[in-house]
Amino acid sequence: MAEQLNVQLVAVEEKVWSGKAEMVMARTTEGELGVLPGHAPLLGQLAEPGRVRIKLPGGEQVAYEVSGGFLSVNEQGVTVLAESATPASAASDN
Amino acid sequence: MAAQVRVLRQRIRSAKGMKKITKAMELVATSRIAKAQARVEASLPYARAITGVLTALASNASVDHPLLTPRERVRRAGVLLVTADRGLAGGYSSNAIKTAESLVARLREDGKEPVLYVVGRKGVSFYRFRNRPIEASWTGFSEQPSFADAREVGETLVKAFSAGADDLDGGPGADGVLGVDELHIVFTEFKSLMTQTPVTRIIGPLQVEERPRSEAAPGLLPDYEFEPNPEELLDALLPKYINTRIYAALLESAASESAARRRAMKSATDNAEEMIDKYTREMNSARQAGITQEISEIVGGANALAASGSEV
Repeated sequence: MAEQLNVQLVAVEEKVWSGKAEMVMARTTEGELGVLPGHAPLLGQLAEPGRVRIKLPGGEQVAYEVSGGFLSVNEQGVTVLAESATPASAASDN
Repeated sequence: MAAQVRVLRQRIRSAKGMKKITKAMELVATSRIAKAQARVEASLPYARAITGVLTALASNASVDHPLLTPRERVRRAGVLLVTADRGLAGGYSSNAIKTAESLVARLREDGKEPVLYVVGRKGVSFYRFRNRPIEASWTGFSEQPSFADAREVGETLVKAFSAGADDLDGGPGADGVLGVDELHIVFTEFKSLMTQTPVTRIIGPLQVEERPRSEAAPGLLPDYEFEPNPEELLDALLPKYINTRIYAALLESAASESAARRRAMKSATDNAEEMIDKYTREMNSARQAGITQEISEIVGGANALAASGSEV
């Protein structure tokens, strides 16, 4: 799996997380969603409260509780826009 | 003579006390500038991302939203003025107020009724003192605004803007609430440590730059999938975008305020130093004059004694 996603998680007051990832999982208002490399361009509003999970290349995972969030996918990668984002314990629900 | 020296010494002491205070304020303001600039820097990724998302949305979907459409008839125009909470910042607040006043005058000339929204105690007291109505005001965060503050301001403004949609001539429309048809913001732009200029911007109705797909290289702006539909997305995104704009303005104003305060405090410190120098010099010459007088009195006395002794 050579292909990886460029992921950016930005909150209003600061950039929260950015880096390479294998997959991004989030729940939009329409339903749960997983983004893999090569995903079609997408713009979605995240459900409230939302949890965004980012699967790292090593198999690890980071998770953030996101409020007032949007998800934007284009060729450059995935951008999660949030009014606020706090780290959530990655181990709980998968 | 001794009395004059004492008075001067007292003055030097109070000038030194003042210098200590202004110097401390200068240092605090200096560190706040750096902090405010760092926060401006930190807020840029989000601002860029949300602008990109809106551009993508506008280029892919037909854009039709109350926040984007200029009203045919503008009766009331909202003006958001950003000032400082505290004084001692040179002309920072009064310059912003002056700019707002000229905007208000211009709006009146155009037959629009200005409605004031004020951030910062200085602006509030300016209008209170003159008994002029303020629609809403927020105080207590001018030096270190958080996004929550900006959101509060933004929500009030967006609500007023949507309430203005159905207003009629001379009264509120169906919803019974008088709103506004335009939103302006007056804040102080941070150009450099030495220059900060008050500026006015329109934040409502918004203008989104549409990038026509023909101009863009194929594949650069592909068809987006939207979840939920574009209209709902726009509905959720635009108020957030306005909040971001207000947040950016608040942050920039905070940086400007600190820079203005630093400059004011620097010149106050310099003045205090000058005063201390001047009084020290005066005190020394007064003391020297006192000593000279004393010596001449002693010498005069001794001479008088010697003269009288030789006679006896």
